[in-house]
Amino acid sequence: MILQIEDVLCTFCGCLCDDIRVEVNEGRIEKVRGACRLGSSKIMGHNRIKSPMIRKDGELVEVGYEDAYRRAAEILVSAKHPLLYGWASTTCEALKKGILLAEEIGGVIDTTATVCHGPSIIGIEEKGLVGSTLGQIKNRADLIVFWGCNPSEAHPRHTLRYSSNACGRFVPEGRKGRKVLVIDVRETRTARNADRFLRIQPGTDYEIISALRMIIGGKADSLPEDIAGVPRKDLIEIADMMKNAKFGAIFFGLGLTHSRGRYKNVDNALSLVSELNSHTKFVIMAMRGHYNVTGAGQVLAWSSGYPMAVDYARGAPYYNPGETSCCDLLSRRDVDAALIIASDPASNLPRGCVEALGEMPVIQIDPFENPTTLFADVVIPSAIAGIEAEGTAYRMDGLSLRLRKLVDTEYPSDVEILQAILDNIRRLRDDN
Amino acid sequence: MIIKGGIVYDPANGIFGEEMDICIENGRIAEDAGGEVIDARGLLVMPGGVDAHSHIAGPKLNTGRIMRPDDSRMGTEPRTRVCRPSTGYTVPNCYAIGYRYARLGYTTAFEAATPIIEARHTHEELEEIPIVDKGALTLFGSNWTVMECVRDNDLGRLAAYVAWGLRAARGYGVKIVNPGGGEAWGFGSNVKSVHDPVPHFDVTPAQIIRALAEVNERLRLPHSIHLHFNNLGRPGNYTTAIETLELLKDIKPSRMRQVVHVAHMQFSAYGGTGWKDFESKASVIADYFNQTNHATMDLGQIIFGPATTMTADAPLEYANARIGHQKWSNHDIELEESSGVVPWVYMRKMPVNAVQWAIGLELALLTRDPWKVVMTTDHPNGGPFVNYPEIISLLMSREKREEEMKTLHEVVRSRSTLPSIERELDWSEIVIMTRAAPARILGLEDKGHLGIGADADVSIYNIKPEEIDPSKDHAEVKAGMSRAKYTIKGGVVVVRDGEIVAAPQGRTYWVDAAVPESEMDRMLSALKEKFERYYSIRMSNYMVQDAYLSNPFVVRAGVQPLKEVI
Repeated sequence: MILQIEDVLCTFCGCLCDDIRVEVNEGRIEKVRGACRLGSSKIMGHNRIKSPMIRKDGELVEVGYEDAYRRAAEILVSAKHPLLYGWASTTCEALKKGILLAEEIGGVIDTTATVCHGPSIIGIEEKGLVGSTLGQIKNRADLIVFWGCNPSEAHPRHTLRYSSNACGRFVPEGRKGRKVLVIDVRETRTARNADRFLRIQPGTDYEIISALRMIIGGKADSLPEDIAGVPRKDLIEIADMMKNAKFGAIFFGLGLTHSRGRYKNVDNALSLVSELNSHTKFVIMAMRGHYNVTGAGQVLAWSSGYPMAVDYARGAPYYNPGETSCCDLLSRRDVDAALIIASDPASNLPRGCVEALGEMPVIQIDPFENPTTLFADVVIPSAIAGIEAEGTAYRMDGLSLRLRKLVDTEYPSDVEILQAILDNIRRLRDDN
Repeated sequence: MIIKGGIVYDPANGIFGEEMDICIENGRIAEDAGGEVIDARGLLVMPGGVDAHSHIAGPKLNTGRIMRPDDSRMGTEPRTRVCRPSTGYTVPNCYAIGYRYARLGYTTAFEAATPIIEARHTHEELEEIPIVDKGALTLFGSNWTVMECVRDNDLGRLAAYVAWGLRAARGYGVKIVNPGGGEAWGFGSNVKSVHDPVPHFDVTPAQIIRALAEVNERLRLPHSIHLHFNNLGRPGNYTTAIETLELLKDIKPSRMRQVVHVAHMQFSAYGGTGWKDFESKASVIADYFNQTNHATMDLGQIIFGPATTMTADAPLEYANARIGHQKWSNHDIELEESSGVVPWVYMRKMPVNAVQWAIGLELALLTRDPWKVVMTTDHPNGGPFVNYPEIISLLMSREKREEEMKTLHEVVRSRSTLPSIERELDWSEIVIMTRAAPARILGLEDKGHLGIGADADVSIYNIKPEEIDPSKDHAEVKAGMSRAKYTIKGGVVVVRDGEIVAAPQGRTYWVDAAVPESEMDRMLSALKEKFERYYSIRMSNYMVQDAYLSNPFVVRAGVQPLKEVI
């Protein structure tokens, strides 16, 4: 029997598109309609880990779930300062369990934001965030700015659903009713859709933003003719575009957070937007990558008060990015075991950190094999959230949505796995 | 369970400080009971506290937490055998909210503002708040569908939308914040008076407020409309307050309660033409409440020290950020609202702050009927709720007020009537303002009193009302009210000697209002178009699912033929 499921959420990127149609036949997903190629490929599935595994004499050996849970619990109980890392591609419910686990074992929780929009969060701590939901931008924005991001490749449906090419109440013409400005160090596919593309030198974002702030603040005369290789008149033109918009929106990506200046770039961009509101209406939003990296920050914030890098070693949450963030802990060898869930640090962390991970026992919970599997000591395959398990995820604008279960599975969910590990930990502790 | 020998205050049932036993059976107050005996000889016993207006859950709370790691560092308490760890002062984590309310003897708290589209997040946080019963009011004041129904003068469709919106948000009541202003802010402007038309929608705030009030009564909702006035926080805004209340005078309530509840009245009782001649108009507002019977208020008392302002009144937050040179978060919500969050500090030597402080107290002391007043700080806008004992001691002691005024800017004496107010509230009045009145105002029939069948939510304090003189012993009052000797929630002892001893999951209240099917169908066909064209999510993904309310308490309401009472 073929089942058509409407309005499915795509669990790939921070767009969290919720209008996907999926065709299920005999408990298998046969077709995906309406998703981008990245989303389709995720929903169709690939390279599943077949069975739990434990490393014995250097080789991963298939075992039962109970054995894997017990071994994972032993690792976490005997660790002095374990790291629980990932969380961006699973449900909020899984992270809630993870936080409880971290509290009980005195571990550190950090999310993939640490190597992504972590600097944006620090910028927000400095200046606040002047934002909106994506629908507000779709309905109102007549100027869209993409700064250091490339949605055409990384968030393929963003432009059509929410931003430059969307139709909305006050912009019924869609793309024709909006101006699009792209600021980047190279001409991306997104830049080809722009009315105005400003190419800047790598690492000069901070100077360009500062110059725009000066122009908007009426101090253009104090600027030199040339700012980091950009003629002043070009920036005056761009500042005018911004001031003359009825509703402007800046979307920024890792181009801003991971170039020279990092959180200071974001701080400066947030200030620019705040100041633009003295002239017109303007908002700004980070282009979050993984589909629930926003939710991970939300759950951590309401549970601990902090959105990432939370250390429970003292019994109460302690937060100090630069000290308690994943990369810093690993490079200082300040953690001695790791539980990696729904992420792939082997591919995404700096090399020194990956080497540190290689030196300690690592537990991996993931539906899919990835380079982290290569050095994991316990591998626990899980159901895919949003396909085989229900739960909550937050879109890049902070809107929460419920992921559905589309097909049955033999695999336990991340929540069930974490609960089982927690039960084993409690049992081990009682025995001692 | 039997609570023996306490001095009981239960004003809703005409009990004003009598020595009596309270029996609890199956989570409710009963005629008699066995089991555990709690020795409360001579101690102050009252129903569990009810907070009718507090910001405790939802996106703006997390916005506050994320932009204020400095605040989260305050009030850190490690995990215990019973408790998850606590953090924060003005923006506590979810666990701290539940524990701190319970320690004060509070057992119910309502979140005051949630946009429908973001209600799932609100419920995610409410679920994490332990112990207290809770609910959330739903925002309707700048909603496109609401404004279109009002423009078309179609109250049948509006009633259907409000009923549907409450269901979608699993919400408890109709909240209106700076009506129309949230929409105007979509393009960076605001509405300036109740008769200033909302751009693009051809309606005025006055029309929105009246229509929602009429529909609220048509739906027989347990709570009235809950209103945050236009022009809130601006000098001279008391005229807007009175003008708005006058709009609602002739509306008949469908239940034994007010027609409008005014949120944080303090922020709308300002005179003056600017900050320089800013002054209190609390006496004018209190007179209005004394002469009319259709409105109730909560105070929104300010507390000196740090606060985090958070409101769906986004233009106000923009102004706050500019005035205070503070970091500023803004969040516009498609088709429904806008909002903002700005950290704040209230200072004793700042003239405006000193007068604001006086206004809250004046309102409580000059309004004769305590049933019209709920004690709040509009947490965390005026300051965190953990300071309620401070306010109680101020309201009960003129001596304490005098002592405090000495530490404030001198304008507190010339620009408010507080120095001349002799009234000192007694325990019955305090119990009304913190328990009985908020429960009645919210329409929570089983709360705020200790009659047979009421929820067994009881607080017992280490205060001997027959020995203490709150007028002189205000320090003891404050200390005693800060740490309940016992808090009993639903028949379970959750606090003993100021410490949390159990943390059961509370209930979440929401209102399911019935409307005629034909009206609902008519409304839905128009609403579907909104989702096709303007919302950024699908209608089928919009409603809060049952999974987010693990312990729901559904209050039924709805359109019924009104019987004439003779």
